[in-house]
Amino acid sequence: MQSEILMAAPAIELRGVNKWYGTFQALKNIDLVIEAGEKVVICGPSGSGKSTVVRCINKLEPHDSGTLQVFGQTVTNDPRSYSNLQGEVGMVFQQFNLFPHLSVLDNLTLGPMKARGLTRSEAEKRARHYLERVRIPDQADKRPSQLSGGQQQRVAIARALCMEPKILLFDEPTSALDPEMISEVLDVMSELAQDGMTMIVVTHEMGFARRVADKMVFMDGGEIIEQGAPEHFFTAPSSQRCQTFLSQILQH
Amino acid sequence: MTYKTILTLTCLMLVSGCSSSATWGWYVIDPTTPTGWTNIKFLVSGMGDTILISVIAAVISIVLGLLVALPGLSERRGWRLVNRVYVEFIRAIPLLPMLFWVFYGLPIVFKSMGISVPIDPFWGAIITLALSDSAFTAEIYRAGIQSIAKGQREAAQTIGLTYAQSMRYVILPQAIRRILPPLANQFIYIVKMSAFASVIGMQELTRRANELVVTEYRPLEIYTLLIVEYLILVLIISAGVRWLERRMGSDERA
Ligand SMILES: Nc1ncnc2c1ncn2[C@@H]1O[C@H](COP(=O)(O)OP(=O)(O)O)[C@@H](O)[C@H]1O
Ligand SMILES: [Mg+2]
Repeated sequence: MQSEILMAAPAIELRGVNKWYGTFQALKNIDLVIEAGEKVVICGPSGSGKSTVVRCINKLEPHDSGTLQVFGQTVTNDPRSYSNLQGEVGMVFQQFNLFPHLSVLDNLTLGPMKARGLTRSEAEKRARHYLERVRIPDQADKRPSQLSGGQQQRVAIARALCMEPKILLFDEPTSALDPEMISEVLDVMSELAQDGMTMIVVTHEMGFARRVADKMVFMDGGEIIEQGAPEHFFTAPSSQRCQTFLSQILQH
Repeated sequence: MTYKTILTLTCLMLVSGCSSSATWGWYVIDPTTPTGWTNIKFLVSGMGDTILISVIAAVISIVLGLLVALPGLSERRGWRLVNRVYVEFIRAIPLLPMLFWVFYGLPIVFKSMGISVPIDPFWGAIITLALSDSAFTAEIYRAGIQSIAKGQREAAQTIGLTYAQSMRYVILPQAIRRILPPLANQFIYIVKMSAFASVIGMQELTRRANELVVTEYRPLEIYTLLIVEYLILVLIISAGVRWLERRMGSDERA
């Protein structure tokens, strides 16, 4: 088993990945290469397989065929194939998924202490550092339920950052938020992007995509219909489906 | 209506029994007479064993139930099948046949394997009660754990926690609020079922009542006291369960 992480290889490489839920094919022949430091925004209509792609990458879902490599290391559905990657691929969920029975600080220190073996004081130092970065240093002792949605999602981002991951996945991070809280989360994400984090972001926030994305991916019906640089993607998408989709969401 | 009538009649019968008519003989457990007092002491002293058997059986069942529940939560069908077979099988066996099998049969099984484990009434009763109850506690755990959103387990996984760690630090601390009250409730079942231990000679509450009935021949009075003993025990546990439910409920944070 490889234990060294090869930073020279692409961060993520999917080749011909297929996934079925029973007889329903959720992913069809997905090819996607993401270089280290690259920011990729995935968009597409609801049910097109965006979450499934992201969840296959961090093995929340098994894939059925095709190959998945993370930093050159082949990841199968056998947990032993990615045990050294645990915590290297962070994830931010639409519903935050904070641990409601723990304080904000304990939400952040749990992973570093249990999975990385940090002492409590080391983990707390790190936690406070990242709380500062997501601009909620003064909420450490509160319970998640005492925070606003935007604050909760920023805690979730800080929790992922505390593992110091090489890659961060975001699955519609602002879709569950009230409109006035969306920008505070997107701002934090933009800063992360500037710092060079490798990011895959499923979102319909096209303003954010234009500012941050190195590559745009459009999915429909379990397939990647179009992928490319944002300049080209937004001005002259080659497929009809992508054009229709963009005109629909840009209207709002 | 009829229910009330029966209740009133029963009360009347009991009260009339107190006025020393020929058919009723409360003297047998009259604390003011020396024999009555001795008899009461004899009966009530079974309380210790009833409680001890029940508590030890409950502790074993709580651990065993969790071990049975976990494969039931697996993604793998094979593991879930192990859980289903155990729960359905154990739940289907009436307590008394299981008690006979454990007390009279199990030592023979052990012997044939070359190990001599004598099973006395005390441990025979405990093993049976724990086994029988574990099917129910397993289901309580499974329901409680499944009620915790899948996202919690997934979040734990993405911050690098192993399955055991995410159970220990994320899932169980949340599930425990929903598990503890029904688990405590299940303790009432164990206490009541511990009466079966009397048939293999365990000197708990019911056995003592039976023995005294044989010598005194006053079944109504003695069994009435026996029922009152269980009633007090169960009412105390019930109060505890309600207290636990209130505490767990008021502490709920979503
Ligand atoms: N656990 C599941 N079981 C069955 N079908 C699923 C499951 N998860 C997702 N799907 C189906 O797979 C398709 C893609 O889902 P998803 O990746 O969540 O879409 P998106 O995130 O683009 O909205 C949808 O049609 C959805 O109904
Ligand atoms: Mg989705």
